[in-house]
Amino acid sequence: MAKLLEIKDLATYFYTPEGVVKAVDSISYDLEEGEILGLVGESGCGKSVSALSLMRLIQKPGRIVSGEAIFDGTDVLNVSDSEMRKIRGKDMAMIFQEPMTSLNPVLTIGKQLTETVELHLGYNKKEAEDRATELLQMVGIPEGRTRLQDYPHQFSGGMRQRVMIAMAMSCNPKLLIADEPTTALDVTIQAQILELMQRLGREHGTSNLIITHNLGVVARYADRVNVMYAGKIIERGTALEIYKNPRHPYTIGLLNSVPRLDEPLKEKLIPIEGQPPDLIMLPQGCAFRARCKFAIEKCATEIPELLEVSNGHTAACFVADQLGASAMGRG
Amino acid sequence: MSTQEAEVLVDVQNLVKYFPVTAGILFQKKVADVKAVDDVSFKIHRGETLGMVGESGCGKTTVGRTMLQLYKPTSGKVFFEGTDLSTLGNKELRGMRRRMQMIFQDPYGSLNPRMSAGNIVGEPLIVHKMTRSRAEFKDQVQELMTVVGLSPYMAERFPHEFSGGQRQRIGVARALAVRPSFIVCDEPVSALDVSIQAQLINLLEELQEQFELTYLFVAHDLSVVRHISDRIVVMYLGKIAEIADRNELYENPLHPYTQALLSAVPIPDPIVEATRERVVLQGDVPSPLHPPAGCVFHPRCPVFVDGECNGNHMPGKSNENGIPDLREVSPGHFVACVRV
Repeated sequence: MAKLLEIKDLATYFYTPEGVVKAVDSISYDLEEGEILGLVGESGCGKSVSALSLMRLIQKPGRIVSGEAIFDGTDVLNVSDSEMRKIRGKDMAMIFQEPMTSLNPVLTIGKQLTETVELHLGYNKKEAEDRATELLQMVGIPEGRTRLQDYPHQFSGGMRQRVMIAMAMSCNPKLLIADEPTTALDVTIQAQILELMQRLGREHGTSNLIITHNLGVVARYADRVNVMYAGKIIERGTALEIYKNPRHPYTIGLLNSVPRLDEPLKEKLIPIEGQPPDLIMLPQGCAFRARCKFAIEKCATEIPELLEVSNGHTAACFVADQLGASAMGRG
Repeated sequence: MSTQEAEVLVDVQNLVKYFPVTAGILFQKKVADVKAVDDVSFKIHRGETLGMVGESGCGKTTVGRTMLQLYKPTSGKVFFEGTDLSTLGNKELRGMRRRMQMIFQDPYGSLNPRMSAGNIVGEPLIVHKMTRSRAEFKDQVQELMTVVGLSPYMAERFPHEFSGGQRQRIGVARALAVRPSFIVCDEPVSALDVSIQAQLINLLEELQEQFELTYLFVAHDLSVVRHISDRIVVMYLGKIAEIADRNELYENPLHPYTQALLSAVPIPDPIVEATRERVVLQGDVPSPLHPPAGCVFHPRCPVFVDGECNGNHMPGKSNENGIPDLREVSPGHFVACVRV
């Protein structure tokens, strides 16, 4: 399969009065055509910032300090703002976590849905409305034509997220970035939205980048997974490998700390002790060292590189070779 | 634990809480009711953790708050250690509150940003006159901080200096300050990261053992609720759909809503997920302003039968209006569905 997106050494820093926050600290990954890629990590690990950097939506005091992002042959970090506007929303679209706040409350759904196709595809009003109706139909909102006149507050949370997906899909993008698409929704609605995204991806050949903290969501829908911690990717592999044979202590800790519905009850959960580090004052060496049960001397002085542990599976840990399925449960 | 013989600590009987919807500017007129909690009954035994699950808007938080009389019930009774809370005056109620505390969902909004952590934790001690001198107050606060895994010197700090997980620990310490026997935990871990969630859940379990606490654990995360609870109540749109022991509920869910809820929870394992059958419910949760007639779940129910579930054309039948009773189908397992 051809590569749709290739990110090399992307770094985005925020220059705050307290110091420089290295939100994304030199990450590289790629995405193949038609693939669903998961980006997993906890709040503050840089997963959203990495996606916003890709869309060139970083605002002051943030700045993309280095890196390239080759999307469909073009380095989107290195094109002019007006060229970026042609790509954003057309070839690369994004849906956000908060369906309540990411729609404009004073514009009708119809206005918001037709805007993108009028702008990017040059549709006239009539064509745009037909397309908007078709889009609503596609995401499972019945009576689309009449609902175009409705305002966001007339839709429920799940319905609003469907509208967001319809907006993002309006120009048949090559890449759909979904930032925590289901976090604000109830479980039964979550399932609906995820199934919808998967179906649309298959039907239209759209690649998906799903950003989430929910390990369950990624397990079902992602082909490959990147795990982030403190601004860096610390493990990457197929979803199957990451879940069955995790090689980074953080991934192991994450998998161990969630109770699972399909497993017998545990007496105690196994949490990751401590707190994530302050991104302004990152410790020397591996950022996870202070919370890590497998740490060795070297971890205090050197930052481990992301190295291949088996075919297509990489981990940034000095003891990765000793970890894996056997380390699960002892995390 | 055998909950059947255990002493009943809290007994909720036919609890109803409607919130009025008003219209008009000068002369506010009631135009409708939001039926947040509609005829809910259950018991909590001493020493157990009762889990309460349901989606947003199902009334689970309102149940918790109404139980503590933070909201005045529209009707129904709440007995705490045999005392009917609704008959108490404000002063007596305040005395009772010493024994019932609450931990809130939002670790950011539930702490006063202008008070130091120590004063937040210790405030209930002053309110309930449980401290005699400044020195004693300081000792008590430091002990509480230690109990929840914070360092005593952190008492001087203000909420913004703590992370989400640490703030939630402050909330726990505040609830523990007056040595309650019952704590309503309202989504205590939902706002926390997964690695921190496990820390807090373990803490709550340790404290339960140490101080012989009884919990009502309100949450929407079914895997967490399964881990921590002895028995579980499933709510939907202001009503109880099912009550059962933890293992029974997860191994043998009877209500179609419980079944759908369980199957919707994604499991962090691609192999399991690839083979799992999934019941994806259609549609949204209806508004509690206009709940459906009959069984409130019937518009989304996969096994809905016209007549039986929505109360159409059923003269003379025991459930003429179609509202299913919560009946005991096996010992301790209650379900509100006519199709079971």
